[in-house]
Amino acid sequence: MTTATGEARKSGGIGKDLLVYVCLLALAAVQFVIAYQKIDASQMLWRMLTVACVEAGLAELFFMHLWSEKRTFLLFVVAFTVSVLLGMQYGWTDSFRMLVGAAPYSR
Amino acid sequence: MSQADLTMEGHSTALTVGPAFSIPTKKLAMWLFIIADTMTFAACLVAYGFLRNGTANWPRPFHSITNVAIMTFILLTSSLTMMFGERSAREGDKAGSFRWVMITAALGIVFALLHIREWFGLIDEGMTLFKNPWGTGLFGASFFSITGLHLTHVTCGVVALIAVGVRYKGGRYNADDIEVLGLYWHFVDLVWMFVVPLVYLLNLAH
Repeated sequence: MTTATGEARKSGGIGKDLLVYVCLLALAAVQFVIAYQKIDASQMLWRMLTVACVEAGLAELFFMHLWSEKRTFLLFVVAFTVSVLLGMQYGWTDSFRMLVGAAPYSR
Repeated sequence: MSQADLTMEGHSTALTVGPAFSIPTKKLAMWLFIIADTMTFAACLVAYGFLRNGTANWPRPFHSITNVAIMTFILLTSSLTMMFGERSAREGDKAGSFRWVMITAALGIVFALLHIREWFGLIDEGMTLFKNPWGTGLFGASFFSITGLHLTHVTCGVVALIAVGVRYKGGRYNADDIEVLGLYWHFVDLVWMFVVPLVYLLNLAH
């Protein structure tokens, strides 16, 4: 197992780990700054989610070593995860219906 | 050897020639668990978003970001120490790896304690699963569910870090086990990156 995965990861050193860590800290700080901006909630949500996705990408690629795995595996993880996450978005319109009281259970 | 035997042998070889995606089995199993767990957390967060979007009087009870900022810093730092532990294990430095894994576990414990302290603070203010003084009772249910699920993962991770670390030091586990455990710990960190903005920062009292 070490042979299979360790070889591909010899290129990165502690410096790379520290750089990714600092980037993650900085991105987390950006999220906190966004929280204090005078913008509406939907804009805030999108900005924070974008930053969170970048953070997650960095953590997956470098901390979880996805970057040094086979490209087919990387594609499998990304495609599978994204397709299911997108599939979960079907219900948003119904939440607006609930907000305006059109859904029977929201009254 | 008959043609049928040759076919059977070829078939069997094709099935056992190597793990899928050329990834060791334990690692692939952990990745599949992570993908499945991603769906669990995503379902919780989407359900939370649905409720927040569809509820007019959603509470904004958080007045300070200090606690959540410290918790985020601790969890991110624990990912770095876990990376150091994985690196030491790959280099054959057992003592070093064990030390870093135990530091990671200690950071996980500090995170869990801070989280529990925050829970007790909210409970003291009158928040329960079904009611709170600020607005819809759904807030308590969703907050405790999501953060509770994450806290459960952290707690299980801490137990696993200690168990695997000790067994690695004792020679029963190897560097690959540390790496597989690292995947889980980084995943717990990754989930927190979404919990913080959605559950905490969007509910700051301005």
